[in-house]
Amino acid sequence: QRHDLAYQQAADTQQVLTPEAKIISHNNFYEFGTSKSDPMDNSQTFKVNPWQLSISGAVDKPYVLDYDQLFRQFPLEERIYRLRCVEAWSMVIPWLGFPLAQLIKKAAPTSRAKFVAFETLYDPKQMPGQASRRIGGGIDYPYREGLRIDEAMHPLTFLAVGLYGKTLPPQNGAPIRLVVPWKYGFKSIKSIVGIKLVERQPPTTWNMLAAHEYGFYANVNPEVDHPRWSQASERRLTTGGLLARNRIATLPFNGYGEEVAKLYKNMDLRKYF
Amino acid sequence: MSSDAKNTAIFTVKAQRLRRRVWLLKLVIHCAALLPLLAIYSLAFADQLGADPVKAVMHFTGIGGFNLLLLTLTVTPLAKTFRAGYLLKVRRLLGLYSFSYGLCHVLSFLAFEVQFDWRLFVAEIIDRPYITIGMTAFTILLALAITSVSALQNKLGKNWQKLHNFVYVAALLIAWHFYWSVKSNIVEPLIYLLMVLVLLSLRKQKISRWLR
Repeated sequence: QRHDLAYQQAADTQQVLTPEAKIISHNNFYEFGTSKSDPMDNSQTFKVNPWQLSISGAVDKPYVLDYDQLFRQFPLEERIYRLRCVEAWSMVIPWLGFPLAQLIKKAAPTSRAKFVAFETLYDPKQMPGQASRRIGGGIDYPYREGLRIDEAMHPLTFLAVGLYGKTLPPQNGAPIRLVVPWKYGFKSIKSIVGIKLVERQPPTTWNMLAAHEYGFYANVNPEVDHPRWSQASERRLTTGGLLARNRIATLPFNGYGEEVAKLYKNMDLRKYF
Repeated sequence: MSSDAKNTAIFTVKAQRLRRRVWLLKLVIHCAALLPLLAIYSLAFADQLGADPVKAVMHFTGIGGFNLLLLTLTVTPLAKTFRAGYLLKVRRLLGLYSFSYGLCHVLSFLAFEVQFDWRLFVAEIIDRPYITIGMTAFTILLALAITSVSALQNKLGKNWQKLHNFVYVAALLIAWHFYWSVKSNIVEPLIYLLMVLVLLSLRKQKISRWLR
């Protein structure tokens, strides 16, 4: 079902990659169930073609990308990013895709575009978690996420259409998903159908569900613990079983502080967590 | 044969049959509790248990221990309902397996989750309410496991029962620990809580006497 993609390779980052088999079998994608293996088990018949991704809102040139255009509209490149889950585990993943900024620029955003709102496909027939609150973890679907416009335009902010050289499997958010490497994984919304430029901070799924646990910004921050667990360290999932000594310190902005800390210069990151 | 002798013979045959039944039941319990535990750990050591073998082991031992505790608490009502007193002979074994799973759960947290970072281990127990609760429940189970040896049981006399009534507190705490540990899917923890409440309600009189 997955096919090969042509892309520009990333420079060697010296990071140990998480094996592909782990990346595609350990997913939080509650639309397909809440356990880590549910998404792989329940998404294999998920239809990604045809697909429509619309770019709308405060823009001069709204447009829609169909399935083929997702891979052709912008040149694809590889980005090797660390993904830090809010649950204190992390992976290193070779994504394929293009910067979100390119997609937004093409729509010519107006001066009213202060935030970007993202939405996952809503299709309870295909997504059992949307059809049943029990399977879907009590979330109000469709899944929604958002970024401030400067975060969205940052060169690190990426739309992924593939990983490990091939298109995305459904459980990783096929056909197109967001990747914001300095934020907790839940910001990186999967299987996107709508990107809307808006004037006000949009409501976001986990924040609506438990505002004191999941902030809008959700920047990786070892100093602000989740109320129920520490964020000071994480377990890096690569290879090795139970005995792998994989607990490492969590870095501010997941180690991307040099590139992104300036976006939050005058903000109290304890308040805006 | 006199009727007395006949009765004794019947009694002996019955006793033998019950002993064999208990023996079989214990064998089943050993297999059902021990083999999966061994399988899970060997798969986890070999990295054959999904992307995060640590989480897999934590979940398995946590849920497994809770299941075994609920089973332990089911023994008495079952024995009463079906007038099957011999069932009581496997209660301690089930309880000890429940404790052993809990022990694996705690040790796996220390060894594989926080990886012997003792400061983090202690900090997590103190700072994270769901872990504080879990540890409290584990401490209760530890005390019950230690005092489950017959010698101590006799020595403690009346106090033994008082102490072992704390198993009800432990069951409630574990349900709470489970509820607090999940991110959003509360259905499963609520089902477990309901099961605990049902098992406790079957002992309404005993518990209200105990609380008085």
